[in-house]
Amino acid sequence: MAEVTDAGIIICRDVHKWYGDFHALQGIDLTMQKGEVVVICGPSGSGKSTFIRTINRLEEHQRGQIIVDGIELTHDLRNIEAIRRDVGMVFQQFNLFPHLTVRQNITLAPVWVLKQKRSEANAVAMRLLERVGIPEQADKYPGQLSGGQQQRVVIARALAMNPKIMLFDEPTSALDPEMIKEVLDAMRELAVSGMTMIVVTHEMGFAREVADRVAFFDAGRLVEENTPDAFFHHPQHERTKLFLSQILH
Amino acid sequence: MTEPLPPPTERVPVVRWLKRNLFDSWFSTLLTLAALTLIATVLHGLGRWAFTTAQWDVIPANLKLLLVGTYPAEQLWRVWLVVFLLCVLSGFAAGRRRGIFLRIAAVVAASTFVLGVMPFPLATRGWLFGCFGVTAVGCGLGALARHARDQSWIRRTEIALWVVSFPLSLIVLNGIGGILPVVEGRNQWGFMLNLLGAVSGIGLSLPLGILLALGRRSRLPAIRIVCTAYVELIRGVPLISLLFMASIMLQLLLPDSFRPDLVIRAMMTITLFSAAYMAENVRGGLQAIPKGQYEAAYAVGLGPTLTTLLIILPQALRAVIPAIVGQFIALFKDTTLFGFIAILELLNISRSVLGNLEWRGRIFELYVFIGVVFWVLCYAMSYVSRWVERSLGVGER
Repeated sequence: MAEVTDAGIIICRDVHKWYGDFHALQGIDLTMQKGEVVVICGPSGSGKSTFIRTINRLEEHQRGQIIVDGIELTHDLRNIEAIRRDVGMVFQQFNLFPHLTVRQNITLAPVWVLKQKRSEANAVAMRLLERVGIPEQADKYPGQLSGGQQQRVVIARALAMNPKIMLFDEPTSALDPEMIKEVLDAMRELAVSGMTMIVVTHEMGFAREVADRVAFFDAGRLVEENTPDAFFHHPQHERTKLFLSQILH
Repeated sequence: MTEPLPPPTERVPVVRWLKRNLFDSWFSTLLTLAALTLIATVLHGLGRWAFTTAQWDVIPANLKLLLVGTYPAEQLWRVWLVVFLLCVLSGFAAGRRRGIFLRIAAVVAASTFVLGVMPFPLATRGWLFGCFGVTAVGCGLGALARHARDQSWIRRTEIALWVVSFPLSLIVLNGIGGILPVVEGRNQWGFMLNLLGAVSGIGLSLPLGILLALGRRSRLPAIRIVCTAYVELIRGVPLISLLFMASIMLQLLLPDSFRPDLVIRAMMTITLFSAAYMAENVRGGLQAIPKGQYEAAYAVGLGPTLTTLLIILPQALRAVIPAIVGQFIALFKDTTLFGFIAILELLNISRSVLGNLEWRGRIFELYVFIGVVFWVLCYAMSYVSRWVERSLGVGER
């Protein structure tokens, strides 16, 4: 296993996934190093969300191999839970727990899963809320926050588990334009701090500025991946060129 | 910068409100007048009956019989002891938590006081004032506990006391061989049977219903099939036939060595019956939880058990509080069916009162009284449930 960990914090080899007859992922190969930021883009239905959801096994892959931080994702429940502790996730629809306050949302998993003391978890929560810029919202309920604030709480909630990897599944797609920036700022700060991140997004500005690599998905395949510079200025495939011409005005 | 304007306050004069809502056309005027006539007729009839025809002496004369059945007079202090226990506990909750607990305890204390000044026998009045005093003492203790430093210890003790109070009450009421003479519940406890049936049914049918609901959604086919079969089987049978089964058939099926008391069997039956309905209420709540909640819980590392306990159930139960309380109320009223399997609960006692020559024909008076007793307690339940809903913030997500 040691050589595997050396080879990358996330290793995906020939990952396949079917929904019934529909072949959603058709052999994805992707390796990421610690501290890397990979942005995944592509048209809707291309499998990019499905792919990042296989990494913490919200979706099961049916063929191929996924190794996260040296642990292979199999049916073994202990492996899955171990990986989920190390992988934070941010959803398009936020998915905060509406019956808990912001602070409780953040401290829940550290207290119950990591067995942190409540006082300690609260202190961590406040630090994280300050980091994402909304310490004054700690005792409100998610329903009382704006979308951008909610999404930043989601980021804080994931960070409270001290994850090694963060997955972002279209984190700004459900937000008003004004709020997109505040969420992207929090993500940018996270990237600078050295977090390993996979980001599914249509925010090409963010990709250009923050990503180490950009991957383009289409019809269940990883069509092309490259540095942002090369990706945006010298796309190799026709499909990529078409996509970029439509998304960049 | 312009200051934000206050919302417009609309104060409609009574006359204009009447005109707008009740007399805005000839048709609605007609409806209003017809409705008023109907209401007046009914109220007049009721009032005339209640204040002139009805002979209410049947109620005070049989009050003890109705409420505590033929509980031996020299043992009645045990019933009062249980009432004291409940008074002290609710007084404590009132003093410590204020809010709705204070309102409930105030109603309890006020009614014991009012009853205490009524012309009951002196001993009864003494006990009633005792209730008042004990509630006040509990309230005072609670107010003191409010300022204590270690609140979590107090909270835990309080909950433990409430939980222990139920079996303790049962023991005190029923008696223990050698220490307290046994008073058989079945024909000597009166309305207390309805109350105990409701309390045990409410306390046990909710957890049981939750387990059944979770089981029905289980991924394991064996558990799912058993739970589904249970729910469908129990829901498809009238409660009364289940009670008959518990009272008669069970005797034939069970070995002689294991034959719980008829009252216990009746309580078990109503609990198991109610649990099937409860399971469906809870399942409705579970189905309303979006998939994203599960995913978010899994993504932060919670396993299936913690996800269910901490994320899914609190939201699911909160969403179906009205249905759950409706089921509680139905269960409470269904305890009157105990009468059909030879248990002397409130309704059954009223029938034996009517059988007494002295009180023959007082059927309306008795049934109105019983109706009022049930209504007051059911209304209390729905009042509490509205408060629970509000304090859990349903609908303000």
